[in-house]
Amino acid sequence: MVGRQARRPAAYYLAVLPFVVLLLFPFYWMVVTSLKQNAELYDLKAIPFWFRSSPTLEHYRFLFERTAFATWMVNTAVVAVLSTAIAVVISILAGYALARLRFRGGETLGGVIFAVYLVPTTLLFIPLSQVIRILNLGDTRWSLVVSYPTFLVPFATWLLMSYFRTIPKELEESALIDGCSYLGALIRIILPTAIPGVLTATLFAFTLSWNEFIYAVTFVSSTAQKTLGPGVVTELIRGDVYYWGELMAGAVLGSVPIAVIYAFLLDYYISGLTAGAIK
Amino acid sequence: MATAYAFVAPAVVLLLVLVGYPFLLALYLATSDAVIGDMGRFVGLGQFARLIHQEIFQQALKNTAIYTTTAVVAKVVLGMALALVLAGLGRHRLPGSRLIRAAILLPWIVPTALSTVAWKWMFEPQFSVINWVLVRLGAIAYVSDLQWLGEAHLARVAVIIVNVWRGIPFFAINLLAGLLSIPDELYEAAETDGANVFTRFWLITVPLLRPVLATVVLFSLIMTISDFNIVYVLTRGGPINSTHLLATLAHQTGLITGEIGRGAATSLFMLPFLMVIVFYQMRLMRRKWEW
Repeated sequence: MVGRQARRPAAYYLAVLPFVVLLLFPFYWMVVTSLKQNAELYDLKAIPFWFRSSPTLEHYRFLFERTAFATWMVNTAVVAVLSTAIAVVISILAGYALARLRFRGGETLGGVIFAVYLVPTTLLFIPLSQVIRILNLGDTRWSLVVSYPTFLVPFATWLLMSYFRTIPKELEESALIDGCSYLGALIRIILPTAIPGVLTATLFAFTLSWNEFIYAVTFVSSTAQKTLGPGVVTELIRGDVYYWGELMAGAVLGSVPIAVIYAFLLDYYISGLTAGAIK
Repeated sequence: MATAYAFVAPAVVLLLVLVGYPFLLALYLATSDAVIGDMGRFVGLGQFARLIHQEIFQQALKNTAIYTTTAVVAKVVLGMALALVLAGLGRHRLPGSRLIRAAILLPWIVPTALSTVAWKWMFEPQFSVINWVLVRLGAIAYVSDLQWLGEAHLARVAVIIVNVWRGIPFFAINLLAGLLSIPDELYEAAETDGANVFTRFWLITVPLLRPVLATVVLFSLIMTISDFNIVYVLTRGGPINSTHLLATLAHQTGLITGEIGRGAATSLFMLPFLMVIVFYQMRLMRRKWEW
């Protein structure tokens, strides 16, 4: 490793410091702004990094009392939970079949799923918005529940397939010999062993749906159906008026759930991130 | 085998209906003069031909090219630097290295639309922080000197800064995983042979990291070339359409203006580039890397 003979820890801390500051400062700024009184926010003489007058929860109160923020939060959670659940179930079945069962077209299908995994959402959002209209789901949060699995399933299938392959075949073979069906073997033998893999896939799918933006901003336009990102971005900026305090409060609250989940499941997250990209 | 087909059926149906059909529809729309509410007539490659001559499209294409190359190069360099530092921290079991690793991932995991709103506020010239610091450092005389999102060139720099900020953790964590998988003995042997830090980096780290680096770069190319969120939130393609990427221009043309055929054609312009990347990615996956 470069610098491996640098035995002084201080050098490493000194080297990592600018990165940490650069990467985390926007969050600090977000939080501080969200707690500042408006008078101070727009005071040119104030030192921006800290509070001069006392912090306030005014902006947060505004979010919940004067905007549909709570509704957006609920919508985001509903969409993320449902689309994740749908995608994970579909992906477990497909991933298991691709990992373990030999069938005509299996290999091609694996390739197709990987290719679809690499298709960005911005390539097909225009025709997909037409399909959503045909399905009569236009301008509802259900359009998102239906469309998010298009990018979640290829991703989760791929991840689970790789995971299932690491489980020794003997485990389920004995169950199959004992007269278990493939579905039975999958549910009783494979899934309990594959919990870390399933958890990683679920976690990733949830994060991806929570953070999705382009479908959410394209398919949904009424306030009551919006999710967090589009809600904050489109409704707290009115014409030329920016509600900066409220915008930052919304950004903080919208980020917290994801940050909490990831803090608890960091190791799954990192292993999934590296496996997801490299395998 | 019946069971296998039953297992993959839900995935196949989903992908056929919500990816396959939209893809065909995109091909149809892009070769038609459809507007919202009217499926239009077949016009062959007319939309593409007109796009190429459109100034705003040329600008978006150029922006996408510059945005993608600049941002990916910056992410490789900075991500690599961070990965090396993190590897050092971990190797010496320095306290706090786990916490630091967790913290630096934040820009990557937090919803981009929301973190970009924070950047939009930071770029605000009068009341926010970036220009305040620049004035205090003496880099500019007045906060009004740099209108980050109001001036075309600065706005283009701004969207790239945000993209790089968001992408560094992805590169760093993946490259770190690659670094940690390189056997220690190689470095030890090289060290005994008298190789210095830089020689070791060029002759051991770089070649052995190549497969990981290639995968991460290809992935990032796909994500960066097709980016939408940052530009949409930060500038909406402005000022005067100067920061549009293909995706944001497609959104504006296809759904805001309602020229859905031309919007679809704009989006599909990404396809040839993406296909090249996907081809390399798939080839990379098949290859066995041997150390």
